Amino acid sequence: MELINTLIYYLNFSFVRYAIIVGVLIALCSSLLGVTLVLKRYSFIGDGLSHVAFGAMAVASVMKLSNNNILILPVTVIAAILLLRTGQNAKLKGDAAIAMLSVSALAIGYLLMNVFSTSANISGDVCTTLFGSTSILTLELSEVVMCIVLSIVVILTFIVFYNKIFAVTFDENFAKATGTKTDLYNLLIAVLIAVVIVIGMNLVGSLLISALIIFPALSAMRVINQFKGVVIASAIISVICALVGIFASILLSTPVGATIVATDLVVYLLAMLVGRAQ
Amino acid sequence: MSIIKVENLAVGYEGKAVATDLNFTVDEGDYLCIIGENGAGKSTLMKTLLHLIKPVSGELSYMDGLMPYEIGYLPQHTIVQKDFPASVEEIVLSGLLSKSGLRPFYTKTEKKIAQRAMEKMDILDLKKKCYRNLSGGQKQRVLLARALCATSKLLVLDEPVTGLDPKVTEDFYKLIKQLNDEGLTIIMVSHDMPSAIRYSSKILLVNQTQKFFGKTKDYMASTARKEFDGELCAFGIENEGKEKDNGIN
Repeated sequence: MELINTLIYYLNFSFVRYAIIVGVLIALCSSLLGVTLVLKRYSFIGDGLSHVAFGAMAVASVMKLSNNNILILPVTVIAAILLLRTGQNAKLKGDAAIAMLSVSALAIGYLLMNVFSTSANISGDVCTTLFGSTSILTLELSEVVMCIVLSIVVILTFIVFYNKIFAVTFDENFAKATGTKTDLYNLLIAVLIAVVIVIGMNLVGSLLISALIIFPALSAMRVINQFKGVVIASAIISVICALVGIFASILLSTPVGATIVATDLVVYLLAMLVGRAQ
Repeated sequence: MSIIKVENLAVGYEGKAVATDLNFTVDEGDYLCIIGENGAGKSTLMKTLLHLIKPVSGELSYMDGLMPYEIGYLPQHTIVQKDFPASVEEIVLSGLLSKSGLRPFYTKTEKKIAQRAMEKMDILDLKKKCYRNLSGGQKQRVLLARALCATSKLLVLDEPVTGLDPKVTEDFYKLIKQLNDEGLTIIMVSHDMPSAIRYSSKILLVNQTQKFFGKTKDYMASTARKEFDGELCAFGIENEGKEKDNGIN
């Protein structure tokens, strides 16, 4: 009872409600795209892109832009397009390209922050952007609104193009040979994933966003044998984990992002056991 | 009636030709087998026919009402599909995608087409089953049903019997022959020479250039065949080993 009372007490604060709204939406969006990315063998794109977003953010803060997203979003979208386009017949294979982009963006971002930072606590700043932080608890209404709008766009696009995304994921060559514009849909997936990563950075930070993308999809794939089922289960798992993680972090005063990811990991292990038993 | 006409076509990647001087036509109702050694340009030619890659030079035209994308395609299995969580029905339905345009959902009519394709391939009872748990032969039937949803005119198959056991292979060839008898035009890239000769009506032998094109019975008497068979014999033992490996995988 005391637990519930504490939760209700916290829910009275608008910043807690904001955090929950944003958390749930990001979890939902990332899990939807996660299924496609995991199956297309792009699990690490979340990692790569979030580091690019981190680098862009460093540049944006050095340039003292009023709204960092003006720079972060386009840069991340371009990186996503380049990474997903390389595809099968690239000179630089997908995983190598992602790894290279990922570490160099991280390094340059940290370098810039170090050289030009105005803040006294650089390692604290870096830690915050990498692992997420209390920043989700200091969201302003405008940020919450932006997150809601972008999430709705992502979710609607995913639903409208669901069949196309399935076909492109399962068998790109067949889809292309029978007249589906696969390049266009690959582009669409790239843009969506970049948007999700940029809005997700506030919640879990750039290092842990990968976990939000891959864990729910992997858990769902362990137990469910149907694409639609996997997508739905992955969304449900992700939202529940986000909620549990946020509440647990409030009650136990643990870092939000890391707690959500730990919850996802536990669910994955459970799903693995259930999958074995089947 | 020709539905595909190829004139002085060169196929390859990034402007580099793998096979050149290809000249042939595909008529309605043909059963054309494209044969040749590994690396001879068979698959490249097939990908060009399917618009997956652009021709290096020459002409490739689709005629007599065959729309460029009215082609059913049975690809080789990819790694992605090995553990893909999708039901048979979902996969078969995806064959109808290009017909649905921008509409986000499949209509009842489209679902019926998929249903009929599954009936025809005798996989209706597998409808809700997961693709990754099926046997090799069942998987091929699922992909065939999907291809039939995409076309009623032309089916292109890329070494379809790789990894299937002899009994399933035999059934599969009979199924393809049956579809051909019903009027579907078949183009098959094949390694399996005896079956290619047994079932096809036309043969295209590619080895960097076009070595033979014509009726299968003319091929039997041709010098191109003797040369090609000679090469096959020289590598016969090696090839046999490879087939066995594929079977295990």
